[in-house]
Formats: sequence, structure tokens, C-alpha cells
Amino acid sequence: MRALSDILSNMIQTAELIKTLTNAVGLSGNESQIHELIKTLFAPLVDEVSVSKVGSVIGVKWGGAPLRNAPRAKRLMLAAHVDEIGMMVTGIEKGFLRVARVGGTDPRILLGQRVLVHPVGRDADASGPIPGLIASRPPHVLPADKRDKVVGIDDLFVDVGLTAAQAARDIQVGDLVSFDIETVRLRGDLFTGKSMDDRASVATMIVCLDELQRLKHSWDVVAVATAGEETSFAGATTSAYGIQPDAAIAIDVTFADQHDDSSHLELGKGPAIAIGPNYHPKMGKRLMDLAKKLDMSYQVEPDIGGGTDAWPIQVSRSGVPTALISLPLRYMHSPVETVNVKDVERVGRLMAHFAADLAEEI
Amino acid sequence: MILEKLSNAFGVSGNEDAVRDIIIDAVKPHVDDVTVDTMGNVIAFKAKAKGTRRISALLTELHTAAPSAATAAAEPRVMLAAHMDEVGFMVTGHTSDGCLKFRYVGGIDDRVMPGLRVQLGNDRVLGIVGVKAIHHVKPSEREHTASRESLVIDIGASSKSEAEGVAPLGTYGAFQAEYRKLGRLVTGKAFDDRVGCSVLTDLLLSKPYGFDVYGVFTVQEEVGLRGAGVAAHRVDPSCAFIFEGTICDDLPKKKDVSPTTRLGDGPAISIMDRSAIADRRLVDHLVAVAERDDIPHQFKQPGIGGTDAGSIHLTREGVPSVAVSVPCRYIHSPIAALDPRDYRNTVKLMDVALRDL
Repeated sequence: MRALSDILSNMIQTAELIKTLTNAVGLSGNESQIHELIKTLFAPLVDEVSVSKVGSVIGVKWGGAPLRNAPRAKRLMLAAHVDEIGMMVTGIEKGFLRVARVGGTDPRILLGQRVLVHPVGRDADASGPIPGLIASRPPHVLPADKRDKVVGIDDLFVDVGLTAAQAARDIQVGDLVSFDIETVRLRGDLFTGKSMDDRASVATMIVCLDELQRLKHSWDVVAVATAGEETSFAGATTSAYGIQPDAAIAIDVTFADQHDDSSHLELGKGPAIAIGPNYHPKMGKRLMDLAKKLDMSYQVEPDIGGGTDAWPIQVSRSGVPTALISLPLRYMHSPVETVNVKDVERVGRLMAHFAADLAEEI
Repeated sequence: MILEKLSNAFGVSGNEDAVRDIIIDAVKPHVDDVTVDTMGNVIAFKAKAKGTRRISALLTELHTAAPSAATAAAEPRVMLAAHMDEVGFMVTGHTSDGCLKFRYVGGIDDRVMPGLRVQLGNDRVLGIVGVKAIHHVKPSEREHTASRESLVIDIGASSKSEAEGVAPLGTYGAFQAEYRKLGRLVTGKAFDDRVGCSVLTDLLLSKPYGFDVYGVFTVQEEVGLRGAGVAAHRVDPSCAFIFEGTICDDLPKKKDVSPTTRLGDGPAISIMDRSAIADRRLVDHLVAVAERDDIPHQFKQPGIGGTDAGSIHLTREGVPSVAVSVPCRYIHSPIAALDPRDYRNTVKLMDVALRDL
């Protein structure tokens, strides 16, 4: 872990910001591991920082001038989830760990990966994290018809290289397992690593808050690094209730084209702005008009909704006009998730200008 | 032990240069001669200890059993072999969107490919092996491993010509995984057979034996035991020991089947595998020495895997051979793991066995 002052001095460098955020660990339901980092990144850019009851980190940047006749400034909520997928220890057999999925971890990519086992509820510095390997029986000893079958989560082990006694001492059922992979540059503006979903979007919020240091805005901007998106939307649901935003933008990753024709969206072509029942049509249009005005390339993502924080936020209390800006990403839910750093910057900038342009009504 | 350095080096079958350089640097000061043959095998000659020393009846017997014209006149000599090459990839095409098509070099488990980082070419350019996001995969397709033909390596290039410039046709690729400690074990790529190379290097670094030793670091084992036979022909040894990192299947299992080898139980002596049946006299010698000196050892489950012994034992009029292996979990993957105690016991057993030969 690098010194926090280092991170701060470099945070304007978006690539460093992405690396710092994705290399950190915070699995769904146990985001406390990453709270300090998010608070430290938010702090210099906002007026208030707090952590919600379910583990979202909330940074509020006050608007400039109070609006006419308004009892309080209007609020724009930004929501990008801070939790990541991974695994949880469910048992220990002869020193090998059995695991279950936390969130939508893909069993097809697990075999052959390096992981870290994090003690939960105990002193992490004392006993962890413990390096491990995701293992199964070697192909040489398997019957031919098993060699092209994905090894299911129930048949995998995490090998931590410990004896049964050592493992029993250092590891408990409920401990968390994250991918052990450092984010690096793939080529050009592309960066690859774990948990770009959705820390790269958390990075867009920080880019936005940084941009807002130089822009005037009358609305409060409330940036929420939401907890629990991958499992129950706990963070977005409760934070939208607590913040009572007048409008909201969820930021999440979306599928970019990756040689399998699974998407028309592309890395490096800018923010993907969603159209569909989950998204307020005027907000979407306004974002697209703004992108044109800023001479920023953007993409359109037709989407029925359901897989992002926009889903619970839209129906919070009496309803919230909600937009979704997506960051194109390849290989979602794998340790080789890949994004374009320019897209991250564009999303951040677009949101900052959106916030600055907000007047009394949308 | 130079295993860490060797494991991190890039050396797929046919492209062993980086490994060869490390090995030559390490052994040259400790041997009498180093040559590289036409295939790229490294042959390090370590002359016998000065002064008279009686060689064992066993080595005399092995040397004279079926002498070729050359051997009859020569002194007994022992070949020690380990292969330098690792399994990997080769670039066989480029897609219009800038990805690399590839084939395996040697045997790779399809199941480990999705989600991996790989390195390409001697500049070790980063590539990733993606897979269709699970959100887009039908439940019925989720049980089947993506076939190699359906996978590409993504190097972040955005066009065919850019990809061709970075990784032209024929570029070699390997797993990317840095050597590291794992509990009481160590883990990394290419332990098959850099661990054998490391064992052999340690033996060549020790004081001379009672007979001439040829330490041979072979090429192209993983694509059909290609280098070892050529080297054995040149060396024309009285007998040969082959050092390997071998299969270990000692995870907990529902059915009571053999683990092939067990981590922590010491060097694994091969009696029979798919490539060769070991010379029983050499097996007995190893076991006798191990029992006498209380060195942990085990037999590898007969019938599984193969080693350079497969080509060495068929060389010329035949070479009595045996393979001695350090058990490794997850060979042919980026997460091979071994127990350093097994490594030390392999070196110890071989050193004693050679001093007594």
C-alpha cells in the first residue's frame, strides 16, 4: 500500500486513481476495508464525508448559492458502487478451503487464478491477507469427458499451502477471498485488472468532484460510493432514501465489444448514455446534448434496466428522475476487466458540467 | 536454488534462449566445459574428481552391459538431464479487431485459460484472455469450457495491422505469473521443468563426483521429447537420471484414488510412466540410499505422464534411465506449487546416490 499523501498528489492522474481504487479490496457486504481509502479520496474535494449504516461512503459538495424560495439546495446524487465480487470461505478440508460465490463471480474464469484470503472480524494485520491458488484436479488424471467441463464452484479448492493445523488456526468460515491481481496498463489508454466494475466508475465521481472545484454549481452534488450493488443494491436503496435527491445519475460499467459481437458499444468511444424505462428521458437527452456541446464523443445504450443502482434509485420514496451513464468495459466479472482511461475522464467531466448546468428545474 | 529466476524466465519450447543464458551463467564457473548443440541443448561437462576412486559395481555393470564401440573404450559417464522449455502459446493469426489467434505449444489445460494474463515475445508484451461475460452466457453453456479455438488474446490493439506489428505470426507466448511464497510452499509458472533445471544446477555446483558427469539441459521436451535424444546420442552415457517436476493430485477427493504423488513426501521416483519403464537397478539404488540415510522419498503412481527418459532410454543401444521428480501441484498452469522440502530432499538424495554410484 502506498502512502496516502502519494495517492493524493497523484489523484488527478486518472490512471493512478484507477489503479489505487481497483487494487484495493472491498467485497459486497464487507466494504469497510475500503472505507478509509474512499474517504481520503473524497475529503479534499467535498464539504462533508460520512459512511452510511450499510457501508456506503457519501461525500457532499455544497452548491454555491441557495435557490429562490428553496428551503434547501437541490441535490444531485451520483452513485457508483464500491463493492466487488469475489468468494467466501465455506469450509476447510485438510487445509484446503471450500468457497462460495459473493455476487456474480464467474466459475469459468476461476481455475488457475491467484487470490487473497482476508480474515473477517479479526485483526487483519496479524493474520492476513493469506495468498492462495484456485485449484482443482490436474487434467492428466481426469477422464477425457471431464477435461472440457467447467469446474463448478463446489468442486474447486483454494490452496493456501498450509497444513490442516495451520489453516485451521489462520482461516475461518466466512473469511473473504479476492482476486490477487494488480491493475496495469494493457496498451495505450487501456488498463486491465480486477473490480473495474465498479471502481472505475467511482473514479469518474472523483474526476467529476475535481472538475467541480473549477466550476460553479447551485445544486449540492452528493457522490455516493454505494455498498452491496452486486448482491442486493443495499447502498443505493438506502442512500437514495436518506439523501432524497432531486435527480440522480448512476454510473456503472457496461459491455464493450470484445471480439464476440456481444455489444455495439466500444472502448474509447466515450460515455454510454442509457435510454429505457429505468431512465428519465429528459436527463438522457440533456446528457447527450451536453456531450455534443462539449464536443465529447458518446454512445447510446438502449437498456431495459435492472442491473445497476439506477434501478432502486428511480423508485426511491416518491420517485427520482434518474439517468445511467455507463463506462464501456471488456470481460466483465473477470480479473482481466479492461477500461479506457479517457472514457473515465469523459464520464467525470460530463457529470461535472451536467451538475454545473442545473438550474432550478431540470 | 535458482528456481525463482528460472521460473520467471520466458522460455517456451523452441525459444529457450533466456533460460539457457541463466543456466550457462550459473554453471559455467563450476564445470569444465559448456557446449550448446545444434538443437540448443546445453551440455555441461564436469570431470570426475582427481585421484583414484573406485566406482561402484553397479556403474561398472551399467557401463559394460551392452557397449557400443565408442562406450567400450571410454570411461563410465553419467548423464543428468532436465528440460528448459515450458508450455505456452504461439500466435497463428490476427483478427480484424486487433486480437491474436493462437495455438498451444505443449499441453495446456483449456479450463485455466479464460481470465488469464499472458506474456508475448521476448519483449514480454502483456496480453489477456477474456471470455464472454457471464451475463451473456446461457445457463446451458455455462458448464462447457471455452475451447481454445474460440479464444483470442487481447493485447489492446485496435486494428489488425497494429496487432501484427506488436506480435507478428510465430510470436511465442507464456503464462504470466511471478514466483512467490505460498504458506509453506512456493508457487509460479513453469515449475515443469525449471525445478528440474534448478536441481541439476545445484548438483553441478557441488564438488566433483567419482566419474564424469554430463549435465544436460534439454530443449523441446513439451512438444515430444525432441532435444533429449539428440543430446543423449552425443553424450553416449552409461546411465541417465532425469529430473522433473511431476504431477501431484493430493487434493481432498470424494473417491479414494491415488494422488499420483504427495507434496511433502520427498522426491518421487518413477518406476513406469507413459514414456519409459525405469531401469530397476537404478530404482533400487536410489531406494537403498534413501533408506540408509533416512531421506524421505516416494514412488510416482505408475502409468501417468512422461519425461525425457522416454527418448533417452532409446538412444543408441539403450541407456538405463530413471526419472526423479519434485512433486508439483497444478503443473502446466500459471499456479504450479511445490514444497521446498521436497526440493531439498531431491538434491540431497541425488547427491548421495551419485556419490555412492
